[in-house]
Amino acid sequence: MANEAVKYVWEGAIPLQIHLHKSDVASHPAPPPALVLAPRIGYLPLLIPLIKPYFKDSLPPGEDSIWFDYKGVPLKWYIPTGVLFDLLCAEPERPWNLTVHFRGYPSNILIPCEGEDSVKWNFVNSLKEAQYIINGNCKNVMNMSQSDQEDLWTSVMNGDLDAYTKLSPKLKMATIEDDFSRKASLSSPQSRQGVTETDVAGQVKTARIPVRLYVRSINQDFKNLEDVPEIDTWDDISYLNRPVEFLREEGKCFTLRNAIESLLPEFIGDRAQTSGEERSRDDDNTEEADGLLREMGEIKLARIQGIEMKLEIPFSWVVNNLMNPEFYLHISVLVKAPQR
Amino acid sequence: MNSGREVIDGRLTVEGFSVAARAFADKWKTHNQSLPPWSWVPLINRTLLLSNQQEEGYLSLENILILSSLEESTEDESLNVATECSEKEEPVDHTILVQNQENEAHYYDFHIVYSASYKVPVLYFRGYCSGGQPLSLDVIKKDLPSCSVSLLLQSKWTFITQEEHPYLNRPWFKLHPCGTEDWIKLLSQSSISAGCQMPVELYLVSWFSVVGQVVGLRIPLEMLN
Repeated sequence: MANEAVKYVWEGAIPLQIHLHKSDVASHPAPPPALVLAPRIGYLPLLIPLIKPYFKDSLPPGEDSIWFDYKGVPLKWYIPTGVLFDLLCAEPERPWNLTVHFRGYPSNILIPCEGEDSVKWNFVNSLKEAQYIINGNCKNVMNMSQSDQEDLWTSVMNGDLDAYTKLSPKLKMATIEDDFSRKASLSSPQSRQGVTETDVAGQVKTARIPVRLYVRSINQDFKNLEDVPEIDTWDDISYLNRPVEFLREEGKCFTLRNAIESLLPEFIGDRAQTSGEERSRDDDNTEEADGLLREMGEIKLARIQGIEMKLEIPFSWVVNNLMNPEFYLHISVLVKAPQR
Repeated sequence: MNSGREVIDGRLTVEGFSVAARAFADKWKTHNQSLPPWSWVPLINRTLLLSNQQEEGYLSLENILILSSLEESTEDESLNVATECSEKEEPVDHTILVQNQENEAHYYDFHIVYSASYKVPVLYFRGYCSGGQPLSLDVIKKDLPSCSVSLLLQSKWTFITQEEHPYLNRPWFKLHPCGTEDWIKLLSQSSISAGCQMPVELYLVSWFSVVGQVVGLRIPLEMLN
């Protein structure tokens, strides 16, 4: 029961319709697009063994690095495919129409990619960084045997959750207690004594959680996702690679909203809208400071693994169930910008 | 309570980084006048239209002409030396692009950015020709001091990778920060044994005295006082 969500995350997939860019079409007529079901937790370059044979007969001679774009925006291969989709499609597009290129790599925008090896080392480096955040050092990744490291990567490439589950204890990542499982064990009379011990140990405990936050900011208000303008460049997105300091206080629930607000302090005022008194106080402060009535920014949408999250969900549940295999929580956020 | 003004276990808070950065820039300006000063770039979040309350930012030193590339150009002017180099170092023909890159002047931008993951500063840099054309890693390696290239081959902690600049959305080269805290700890331990805790103001000076050498930027000894 508790592990069901993780299974769904690992099975998550996005239907892609991959078109060959017209400058790469050397046959007549142009080939039909390739239909591919891409794992959410995977990476676009891992699809090349499927795509390249499909388009082989249509390509002109010569070779360069392969890359993808969505409506003219080159896709960052080092961001998991599911995160790219959540981030770039405000209104989910199914199938997701991508364009594949076999030459003209935009090296001023994308870091180089030399196939599967580049993706693997990107994954391992993210894993090291995550372990440093969680444990305070990355020794367990560094000390992993070559074959274990290889097997771990293979399990991610193949979407093999069982193999991954067997290997990940070797990383010895510190875990945080899930509020849900605590309540579940509380209802069981057999574990009453154990729970008491946990209560004492866990009264005040700080954890650092690896989070990568992708923020899309819109100036005008909007009611429907279809009204959100399309992204022109990566400069339209703010990217924060910053851990969340997770302070577990007894009797207090640290929510997803708390986590996002700790990374985006300018949106803490979002809560004021639920209380007239607080709102009034904020308005007074703003008038004194700026001489203008300041309209609060608003978190319109938070997406993790394709799910539009309720912000009041316990952050510990989100972490334990929706993390990517490299132990990063990727959060896509759509905000209405604060106005001055 | 940690006020952020002390260096603990070789790590730095984001507030400590701001303090250390300004101290470093001031010392550099005073003692290293043969090079331009480092400037502080405040982190105004472009899409969110607001600066963060903490006044975060990074240090920037740009348009630095690396002397080693000039030296190579000087050597090329001598016909005999050029012939000799050609025979020794180029058994295989370089492409025209690479040859052009080697003979043009090389410029570098350096950014010192705080890593919230590792709680240490990280050096990002990029190289380009006078026309703005980016340099490849192979060309950059030739501009690095020779001891750095051997360091690259031997040391784990100081390897260079191409990654996305955290704020500029562009590929830059990065000196991996994985082991920074360990050798900063060693440096601060030596100052502890000398009878004083390392103040946060000296963190970046000490850090750069090691890291800067990797990319050919040395600091005068007076900066360490």
